[in-house]
Amino acid sequence: MSYFVNEKGYYGDFGGAYIPEMLYPNVEELRQNYLKIIADENFQEEFHHLLKDYVGRPSPLYLAGRLSDRYKANIFLKREDLNHTGAHKVNNTIGQILLAERLGKKRIIAETGAGQHGVATATVCALRGLECVVYMGEVDIKRQAPNVARMKMLGAKVVAATSGSKTLKDATNEAMRDWINNPVDTHYIIGSVVGPHPYPDMVARFQSVISEEAKKQLAEQTGNGSPDYVLACVGGGSNAMGMFYHFIDDEQVKLIAVEAAGKGVDSGFSAATTYLGKEGVLHGSRSILMQTHDGQVVEPHSVSAGLDYPGIGPQHAHLFKTGRGRYVSVTDDEALQAGLLLTQMEGIIPAIESAHALAYLEKMNFTGGENVVVCLSGRGDKDMDTYMKYFGL
Amino acid sequence: MNRIKKLFAEKKDILSIYYTAGFPSLDDTLTIAEELERCGADLLEIGFPYSDPVADGPVIQESSKRALDNGMDLKTLFTQLKELRNRVNIPVLLMGYVNPVLQFGVENFCRACAEAGVDGCIVPDLPMVEYETLYQPVFEQNGLTNIFLVTPQTSEERIRKIDGLTSGFVYLLSSSATTGKNLQVSESTEAYFSRIADMKLDNPTMIGFGINSKETFEKACAYANGAIIGSAFVKSLDAADIKGSVQRFMRQFREL
Repeated sequence: MSYFVNEKGYYGDFGGAYIPEMLYPNVEELRQNYLKIIADENFQEEFHHLLKDYVGRPSPLYLAGRLSDRYKANIFLKREDLNHTGAHKVNNTIGQILLAERLGKKRIIAETGAGQHGVATATVCALRGLECVVYMGEVDIKRQAPNVARMKMLGAKVVAATSGSKTLKDATNEAMRDWINNPVDTHYIIGSVVGPHPYPDMVARFQSVISEEAKKQLAEQTGNGSPDYVLACVGGGSNAMGMFYHFIDDEQVKLIAVEAAGKGVDSGFSAATTYLGKEGVLHGSRSILMQTHDGQVVEPHSVSAGLDYPGIGPQHAHLFKTGRGRYVSVTDDEALQAGLLLTQMEGIIPAIESAHALAYLEKMNFTGGENVVVCLSGRGDKDMDTYMKYFGL
Repeated sequence: MNRIKKLFAEKKDILSIYYTAGFPSLDDTLTIAEELERCGADLLEIGFPYSDPVADGPVIQESSKRALDNGMDLKTLFTQLKELRNRVNIPVLLMGYVNPVLQFGVENFCRACAEAGVDGCIVPDLPMVEYETLYQPVFEQNGLTNIFLVTPQTSEERIRKIDGLTSGFVYLLSSSATTGKNLQVSESTEAYFSRIADMKLDNPTMIGFGINSKETFEKACAYANGAIIGSAFVKSLDAADIKGSVQRFMRQFREL
């Protein structure tokens, strides 16, 4: 069985390009060119140069000693939090900006939830001198003020999405509307492994540097590049797909994707898509999404803005349906506690998104000595407000 | 001859009106349809609402949201449409996004359309390749035609393919845009409309997106068999006076 995209843009039952005709020329242009551009030697050279000297890759694979003692397993943290701009998001924006340049695009648009992808996009636009417009839900603009300021300082225009629930889903709708209205000179940098084909595959390829490095680093440190478990949090699923990518065909490696249960999977305030969702179409691809009986998209909830999305990428839906990946969830409370635990045991303040993956370690039963890689997708600076309120700091 | 073919065979300067089912009030759907026909509309596009209408501008986003808040869903719509053919004679298309159709079930949806006397559908985010491989037989068994959109960026090859897949009309977007913008007929727009006219398609053409006045309607009719008005009509609806507001709007285009 293949877990990767086929020539029609599908992963099993999921994927495709469910887009109105207005987006067809842009998406088709990408589809016809992305593999060729990515494979180009000059592109690869520039991509890896920027990842190394600008982003600071490779990010370390750190054996967390005290955490390992606690769980009786070797807990390795893939330190995406140490990347420039503070999260894994920049791996993708570097790749896409180089691709946009090669397609002759002059204007970049993006959607953002917590602001991490918006900042990563504004950063690469500043780096390359391209115009940048970031759509962000009005509600998120209010709760993520520092990231809004960072984007503005980087020269991006931040546009409030005032439709629907005024969060990530609506910011994505607005970005798509912008692209419809600007069909020639604009490239849309989608921030996750969602959207019409080829986006899920393209973003996964750019993020796959995470598992490419981790595999090599693990082999260097333990003599075996195949861990027993790989864990990552899933909103749309870009850090998870990057973390899984080079382990997907190694069936001995168990892939665990941790979704945000919010206040509890059955509380009505949750973002646990595989548990609550059904198959359907959102933002251009067939996948699993939270929806009503009538196919209206349901608002998710998570304390972590980066996981507050009602769907998952189509490749995740495929890994879930085939059983290749295990999709689980942890609550807001469990994630926040795991964030505090990592901070006090290892001196690393994680993003609340990443803390979801860490929280699941508490629920696993290790027999002793297993090698476990957890993707620490981002750092917690942006979440200090939430931590302060929750813990009364 | 079906209602759509008959319409295009008999009339020119066809006026098609889009509105959202369940807006302004849940039960306005057929009242609006009936009044539009009485006031000279030739074709109706009844929108079924979706929570995330990416191809739509603010007016239809708002009408969709209000319709959903009013409790509109496909089941309710088909219940309302049981009366359709007792009250309305002109052709009717249903227009909406693919996810509600998927959840209703494509076969159930097509059967319900046929039972209600609906003539076809416009599903902007249903890809042509999916339609061809999975949907076309079900549509055709139920006597439904599927209408596809064409933009100034759509290639000639693709337009030919669309022309072969539909038996209603080809829906020309005045520009690549979301709904509710003002039509500006520039030289390049004219060139695009003429290019399509020169292709001598098997199907008639209708121009939509940005048609909001008699002037823009007439401009569009110069290049196609007719035009489609959506946002401008939806915006003009007065919840307190549905029939009166329909009449006032239609008076711009038809002598009443």
